[in-house]
Amino acid sequence: MKIIIVGCGRLGSYLALLLSREGHSVTVVDIDKEALASLGPDFQGETVVGMGIDEEVLRRAGIEQADLFIAATGYDNTNIMASYVAKEIFKIKNVITRLDDPKKAEIFQSLGLNVISPITLAAEAIKKCVEGLQCISLSSAEEK
Amino acid sequence: MYIIIVGGGKVGYYLGKSLLESEHEVLVVEKNPNRAAFLIDELGADHVWLGDGCDSSTFEQIGLNRADAVIAVTGDDEDNLVICLLAKRKFGVPRTIARINNPRNAKIFAHLGVDVTVSTTEVIEAQIQRALPIPSLVHLLALKRGGVELVEGKIAPGSPADGRRIRDLGIPDDALVVMVVRDDQTIVPYGDTTLMAGDEILAVTSPQSKEVLRRIILGK
Repeated sequence: MKIIIVGCGRLGSYLALLLSREGHSVTVVDIDKEALASLGPDFQGETVVGMGIDEEVLRRAGIEQADLFIAATGYDNTNIMASYVAKEIFKIKNVITRLDDPKKAEIFQSLGLNVISPITLAAEAIKKCVEGLQCISLSSAEEK
Repeated sequence: MYIIIVGGGKVGYYLGKSLLESEHEVLVVEKNPNRAAFLIDELGADHVWLGDGCDSSTFEQIGLNRADAVIAVTGDDEDNLVICLLAKRKFGVPRTIARINNPRNAKIFAHLGVDVTVSTTEVIEAQIQRALPIPSLVHLLALKRGGVELVEGKIAPGSPADGRRIRDLGIPDDALVVMVVRDDQTIVPYGDTTLMAGDEILAVTSPQSKEVLRRIILGK
């Protein structure tokens, strides 16, 4: 699959390495050149420096051929905007949006985005532990 | 009208002040407590809300669903988009207006259903263009769905429009001259109105027909 990831922070970079290791063709977009460099020599995919909400930058990243678009920056509103650009302007069918704010996650899920909320996921996992259910192993999920 | 302004910076403050003077019901939402305190002193406590305008719980508390218009004027394009999307898609606010800093975002905002965008950069550019003695068609406003924009221009001597009736100019169907200013007089034009060099015109046009309109008005 051709996958575009916007945001090369902890989640974006971890995800990029994970997915490229699985054999996917991954392109990471970030405004910070150093963040992209932190992917290291292990990363087999491409990188593009620029704003992940800018049509021109996304075109350079090859969005028109992408099968999956992931907005994973640490800024909810940037992720929302990038996701709508991918979904409604470039007509990408599979768009995943990271939203940290649980309330916002709920609203934009209802407005048609496919939202992953790290905070909600972590809270639910912890709640399960509290309830005395079998605690899921967090060792493989360093990212919250 | 009940108008909610999100972002209490310079733009939000002066806008709020002038809308209050026009006797609208105005609420300025500002998340910085110090700035909000200044706004309360200036505009009165009834017209200021301390809170995050991108947060939907703020919107519920201030009764966004009964707002007639939401104007997002923070310094951040992404925030302004999210505010307008929430207002429009979640709360059904009839009119959303956003300030944009990067003119390239205008198309995206229009495509996503924001009714009007005002680009600070383009407004300044337009002012400067007007001040320069170079004939041009000045972009004033982009309206919803990326469909049309409002432009302004001055009929150049010897241009196709000089001395001819509007109906004879071959203006495309998706463009329309809506106002003519001649010697400080405002004329609402009809097909029979004859344009003259020096007339200032306001027109709505699709982006595709802008070039044709430019040639008719400026003659090049």
